[in-house]
Amino acid sequence: MIFTIACKELKTLFASSLAWTLLALVQLVLGWVFMGRLDAFLEIQSQLVQIANPPGVTEIIVAPVFAMAAAVLLMATPLLTMRLIAEERRNHTMTLLTSAPISMTDIVLGKFFGLMIFFCSVILLVMVLSLSLLMGGSLDAGLLLSNAAGLLLICACFAALGLYISSLTDQPAVAAAGTLGALLGLWVMDIAVDDGGSIMRTLSLLKHYESFNRGLIDTFDLAYFSLFILTFLVLAIRRLDGERLRG
Amino acid sequence: MNEQTAPTTILAQGLCRDFGNRTAVYDVNLELRSGEVLGFLGPNGAGKTTTMRMLTGNLAPSAGSVAICGIDMMDRPRDAKARIGYLPEMPPLYRELRVDEYLLLAAKLHRVGRTSLCPLLVKAKQRCGLNDVGRQLIGSLSKGYQQRVGIAQAIIHNPDVIILDEPTAGLDPNQMREIRALIRELGAEHSVILSTHILPEVEAVCDRVQIMHRGRMVFNDSIAGLKQKQTSLEEVFAQLTLGEESAGEIQAQ
Repeated sequence: MIFTIACKELKTLFASSLAWTLLALVQLVLGWVFMGRLDAFLEIQSQLVQIANPPGVTEIIVAPVFAMAAAVLLMATPLLTMRLIAEERRNHTMTLLTSAPISMTDIVLGKFFGLMIFFCSVILLVMVLSLSLLMGGSLDAGLLLSNAAGLLLICACFAALGLYISSLTDQPAVAAAGTLGALLGLWVMDIAVDDGGSIMRTLSLLKHYESFNRGLIDTFDLAYFSLFILTFLVLAIRRLDGERLRG
Repeated sequence: MNEQTAPTTILAQGLCRDFGNRTAVYDVNLELRSGEVLGFLGPNGAGKTTTMRMLTGNLAPSAGSVAICGIDMMDRPRDAKARIGYLPEMPPLYRELRVDEYLLLAAKLHRVGRTSLCPLLVKAKQRCGLNDVGRQLIGSLSKGYQQRVGIAQAIIHNPDVIILDEPTAGLDPNQMREIRALIRELGAEHSVILSTHILPEVEAVCDRVQIMHRGRMVFNDSIAGLKQKQTSLEEVFAQLTLGEESAGEIQAQ
C-alpha cells in the first residue's frame, strides 16, 4: 500500500512540470559550482604537488558540490512537500486516500518514500556529476559515498519536517513558507553561538551534515538524523489521525 | 429481492457529532439493506455531509456507532472501509492523471487484487460510459465526464455500499438522466445512499427517503408509502424544514 501511494506521488510529481524544472535548475546550479571548483583546482594544482599530504580532487571539488547540493535542496523541499498534504486538501483529493481502507501511517510513509525516490534521483545526478572526474583522475570512493549518504539523510530530514508542516494546513503557500522558515532556522541556528558544546549547535542540521561532508560518519549524527526523521513522521501521522476526531 | 430478508449493509445508531459547542448532527439512526436506494435529503447545512463523512469513516462520531455489513467502523476501519465506495461533494480527482491511471489507483487503494484489476477497470468504465476517454487526462475532461470518473472511482472495487454526495450537481439534463439510470442500476446489486437537492430525482430513483433538518433525522418513509398517503415529497420536505406558515403557502399553491 505504501508502494502504491509512493508510485502515485511520483506519477503526479513527474506529470507536472515542477519536478522537471527543479531537476534542471538544481543540476544547473550544481554544474556551475562544479565548474567553478574544477577551475580553482586546476589553478592550484601545481602548488598542491609541493605539499606533503595534499587534499585530493574529491575533497576540493566533490565535497563543496555536495555541501551546495544540501543548500539547494533545502530551498527546493518546501515546493515539493507543500504538494504532499496541503495541496491534496485544497484540491479535495485527500478524501480519496482517507476513505480508502489504508491507515494514516501508510499514507504518510507512502508520501515520504515517494519524495525520497525523487531526492534519490537528484543525488544520483550529483553522483554522476562527481564521477565524471574519473575521466581525468581517481576519486576517493569513501568520501564520495559518505557525502551521498549524508545528503540522503539530510534530504530525509527535510522531507519529514516538510511533510509534517504540510499536514498542519490546507494552504500550500503557508505550508511552503512554514517549511522554508523552519528549515532555514534549523540550518543557521548555530551561527550566533561561539561555544562549541552548546545545545544550539547540537540541534543545527548543518553541523551534523558537515561531518558527513568531511567523510566522517559518526553514530551521534546518525542518531540525530534518525530521531529527527522519526519524530516528524510520527507527528504527521498523529496529526492526520487527530483530524478524523477534530473534523 | 425481499427487502425484509436482504442483509443489512449499513447500520448507524445514535450518531452525534459536535464541532466545539455547535452540534452538527444529533442522534441520527440509519439502516440500509442490500438492494436499496436511500434518498438522503435536507436543506443546506442540515448535517448531511457530516453524516456521510461519519458513515465513510472520514470523521469520528462524538457518540454512536456505524457498522458496515456488520463490521464496526471504529474497531475494524480497514475492513469496513473496503466495503464502501464514496463520492464526496467535490470529486477527489487528480487532474494530472489519465482516467485509466486514476481508476487503477482507486482500485489498488481499495486493496483490489492484481489479477482482477483489469476486468474491474473495464467494467467500471463501461458502466459509467468512460470507454472512449481512458487515455485522456482528467483535467481535460468536461464537468460531466469528471463527475462520471468520480462515480467510477466509487464503484470500481465492487463495494457493498455506495455513498454519493450530490452526484448530479452541475450536470446538464441529459447527463443527469444518464447518471440516474446508472444509480438505479447500481441499486439493484448494491446499497446506495444518494444525497441530493433535486426532489424529482429522489422520487425517480430511490426506494426510501430520509430527511435531515438541523442535525436531526425528521423523516423516514418509503417512496411507496408516500404515494399511498398521496402526499408529494415536496410538501413533506417543506413542512418539515420550513416554518408552519410558509409550508402552508406552498401547500396552497
